[in-house]
Amino acid sequence: MKPALFKYAKPRSLEAALECLAAYGDEAKVLAGGQSLLPIMNFRLARPAVLMDLSAVPGLADISVENGSVRVGSMVRQRDAELSERLQRVCPLIPRALKHVGHVQIRNRGTIGGSIAHADPAAELPAVVAALGAEVVALSLRGERRFRGSDFFAGPMSNVLDPDEIVVRIDFPNCEGMRSEFLEVARRGGDFAIVGVAASASWDGAGKRLSRVGIAAMGVGGTPVRLGAVEQLLEGSPLDDGLIAQAADAAAATIDPPVDVHADSASRRQILRALVDRIIRRVAT
Amino acid sequence: MSTDQVTEAVETVAVECTVNGRVVSRHVPARRLLVDFLRGDLGLTGTHVGCEQGICGACTVVVDGAAIRSCITLAVQADGSTIRTVEDLSEDGELNDLQSAFKMSHALQCGFCTPGFLMTLTAADPDEYPTDGDIRELLSGNLCRCTGYQKIVDAVHESWGRP
Repeated sequence: MKPALFKYAKPRSLEAALECLAAYGDEAKVLAGGQSLLPIMNFRLARPAVLMDLSAVPGLADISVENGSVRVGSMVRQRDAELSERLQRVCPLIPRALKHVGHVQIRNRGTIGGSIAHADPAAELPAVVAALGAEVVALSLRGERRFRGSDFFAGPMSNVLDPDEIVVRIDFPNCEGMRSEFLEVARRGGDFAIVGVAASASWDGAGKRLSRVGIAAMGVGGTPVRLGAVEQLLEGSPLDDGLIAQAADAAAATIDPPVDVHADSASRRQILRALVDRIIRRVAT
Repeated sequence: MSTDQVTEAVETVAVECTVNGRVVSRHVPARRLLVDFLRGDLGLTGTHVGCEQGICGACTVVVDGAAIRSCITLAVQADGSTIRTVEDLSEDGELNDLQSAFKMSHALQCGFCTPGFLMTLTAADPDEYPTDGDIRELLSGNLCRCTGYQKIVDAVHESWGRP
């Protein structure tokens, strides 16, 4: 279980990286943290002819707040994002979700952009992108393209990028002052989720209303699923047990979950229903 | 700024890093895993190969102060880094405090997982793990098949001066 033979490139600038990818096309895979790619290469499920290491390209690991959006560089290490006081303040859903990603040793190397680009439908960060409608910013020699939320994901382990494109940044909405919560069911802590839910909203305690609701589920389809029906039900409506039950039912009805060794469709629907009920109550406090 | 030629992709790469205080320079195949570089090229066989997927933690070493999985890291990714392996823990041939605590608490049987646990703990700041639950969470990324974990937790409590 060692990787097959490949050639390794380590560009020292973004321009050089884009030129490298343009030259090698779909023969090349981008190496960010490698925490998803290397296991797959060790299994030889992926055998790229060229591995292009992004770690020497400057300017991809910044976190900044600009014009109401929280810009997270694609090479920001997951552990740095998890511990970032700035993110805790302006986009707390990200550090919350990261606590469920693997173990600390994985998060020390894994990157925000790498996990999102890897597009595992049971992974945490893609669900956060979907829930918040975050914009994934991709560059190639041909220019910049942006994808909002779920639009970035095409299917299991598949995103919409062309082979010559790199994710350079993800722009999240500024959620300062809002509530967020992340819930996941897995066999063991650190495992991939069987089902998980990410939620962000503003809570008006006096009127008992949620607004600016963003909620998405993972492990319930080939990509993270934004639960638009749930958001519409909750938006601006006075919250009570009846509405919460209605929202949870709507979530279960929305999804067409996969069947695998971990759970069947009925179980996934049941788990999602319970998690949506629980997450609404947690956010609305 | 544009480059005159595309960054070359090569099969063999020069790697220079500091391992257990010593600077090492080697030319390695790009596909060589860091764990195999440490064990094979440098003869540091204290780091163990378990799952080669990043799950079991037996391969855990400390790179630039952080605990990482050497089985899903390429040797070339360690260029320019400072690496510590389990061989670096003993002082003048004597077990250090953490190792002694493992020994006294019977926190190892076959010993295969032990270097991984030791390096995870070596990289950790005890102040960030104040409770027993925090310690167990920290250790959750290292699997042990022999001890049932309680003795390992006991060793950490002993080493970190916890009740």
